[in-house]
Amino acid sequence: MFYREAGQFKTNYIDDSAIFPIRQDRIGFAIILLLAFVAVPLFATPYIFSAILIPFLILALAAIGLNILTGYCGQLSLGTAAFMAVGAFASYNFMLRVPGMPILLAFLCGGVMAAGVGIVFGLPSLRIRGFYLAVATLAAQFFIVWCLAKVGWFSNYSSSGVITAQQVEILGYQFRTPASKYLLVLGIVSIMALGAKNLARSNVGRSWMAVRDMDIAAEVIGIRLMPAKLLAFAISSFYAGVAGALYAYMYLGTVEPEAYNLDLSFRILFMIIIGGVGTVLGSFLGSAFIALLPIALSLLVGFLENSIHLSVSKSMTSNLELMTFGGLIIFFLIVEPHGLARLWQIGKEKLRLWPFPH
Amino acid sequence: MTFFFEVLIGGLLSGVMYSLVALGFVLIYKASGVFNFAQGAMVYFAAITFVGVTEFDISPWIAFPISLIVMVVLGLVVEKVVLRPLVNQPQITLFMVTIGLAFFIEGLAQLMWGANVRGLELGLQDVPLEWVSERWGMSISKFDLAAAGVAAILVTSLALLFNRTRIGRALRAVADDHQAALAVGIPLQQIWGIVWGVAGFVALVAGLLWGSRNGVQFALTFVALKALPVLILGGFESIPGAIVGGLIIGATEKLAEVYIGPMVGGGIEGWFPYMLALVFLLVRPEGLFGEKIIRRV
Repeated sequence: MFYREAGQFKTNYIDDSAIFPIRQDRIGFAIILLLAFVAVPLFATPYIFSAILIPFLILALAAIGLNILTGYCGQLSLGTAAFMAVGAFASYNFMLRVPGMPILLAFLCGGVMAAGVGIVFGLPSLRIRGFYLAVATLAAQFFIVWCLAKVGWFSNYSSSGVITAQQVEILGYQFRTPASKYLLVLGIVSIMALGAKNLARSNVGRSWMAVRDMDIAAEVIGIRLMPAKLLAFAISSFYAGVAGALYAYMYLGTVEPEAYNLDLSFRILFMIIIGGVGTVLGSFLGSAFIALLPIALSLLVGFLENSIHLSVSKSMTSNLELMTFGGLIIFFLIVEPHGLARLWQIGKEKLRLWPFPH
Repeated sequence: MTFFFEVLIGGLLSGVMYSLVALGFVLIYKASGVFNFAQGAMVYFAAITFVGVTEFDISPWIAFPISLIVMVVLGLVVEKVVLRPLVNQPQITLFMVTIGLAFFIEGLAQLMWGANVRGLELGLQDVPLEWVSERWGMSISKFDLAAAGVAAILVTSLALLFNRTRIGRALRAVADDHQAALAVGIPLQQIWGIVWGVAGFVALVAGLLWGSRNGVQFALTFVALKALPVLILGGFESIPGAIVGGLIIGATEKLAEVYIGPMVGGGIEGWFPYMLALVFLLVRPEGLFGEKIIRRV
């Protein structure tokens, strides 16, 4: 009834190529942004900021990065966490070794370093395809993390291998409270998500999708595979690198190789699969799902314990969590293999037709 | 020089152990195009079930068929509940579903039998063969030799199954194209049931050997990660590839750890096989024995 584009005419090319062509979408998006930037900081508690919202946003950024590579360009990667680690360590070293380095520039440089490493590990993609490539990206995962742990220069010869991240300070303002950190992360993530969304609709994004759907056909119609694939690796790793730096500085507070293990790579892969491959919205939905699931599960277990006095041992809870996590992933993939973003799309279609069935 | 050969043979034999795990991957990939990440979890599940059953004072000879039945049932259930609804989905979806499955099986295994580390006695000791060490001064583990023997028998029988029987032909047809296989009247579900059952059996054998060597513990699931470079080196579709890949990975990994490791600070076993496989793939993108795919527009 209220969600209908009837009467909204596109009278010039600018209207035609808008990100949100429907007015209701624009209003909805503005409301979401307003909520995220104004309402949430007013009402959320520090726990919600630092345990839920900040990791959710950062991992969503990493998921966007992986989505560019896997969802848009079709190159399956299992090494996202390694590129995040490169970003985090590069930012740390830029801050440490360049006097007076602004933190935002350090994040940017971290992302650029990660992009460089991503190009190097993307080179095999020109020869290798499919699962062979996926397993080959595991080489990046293990090698980079090993390298960061073994070569003392990266961690400034810290004896424990765990380094405290420098204080984040922009123009003299120190980001100490969870709310301020949240706003900074939100700002960076929003801008980069907008960039990704626009990139995907551009010439570059279309060439990626052509490569994804069939690389030989793409080559025939004149897309140069090498620049297209390597650019996807570079931009994907750039996003992952910035996300990694934020993960270290804004969430963990420490820079350590162990935080960027294979498990994190898999979690990010889950996010894009559950959220929806090849959509920016899906990265956010998937990240929210993966971030909230363990919390919801532990709340549920706590609730059961209190209400029916089930005494559940600690190890049993964690095993049940593991099983529920696995089970839900299987369930979601069976019910909707195209992810939550697709459900959202179906919902929108239904809303447009409502109250009529078709 | 003796030391070099000792390391080489030790590496080759441990490579056989990797091959055993890789074999489970190959079986399922060959028959259903599913890259089954849950194979490592299945290995763990099989081993812990076996140990759990023997803890009830049941002789290993009875525990083996019991755990075999459990594994086959697990395989059949997975096929029925998880994979059947996902026929004809893209490979990445199937791959992701097996990662979810891996979590599920890991949780289930620990829920059923507890998470503590257990020993597993097969009556084989990890001691050097005496006559070899007397004659050439090398220590070669009895246990590893026995494992290699088991692997040889397993591979021979699987190769025969795939290449010489009706079922094997049907399996290869299914691997090529689900829809086409269905169209010519191959009972897809039955074939997948068989494959997952056999994969469960291979997981059990691998689980017993790995378990009696390193103890039955959660770390057993990481064995799957060791099997991946073996797989890409040998080719996803090839049973001999899994063996040859395992031997190459095992040998070079140990040699690299001994000869290159000290130069760069050690611990290179974790990534060296992947790098090796990666460099190798640049020359042959489909692995040693993988099927060369001719792609057309």
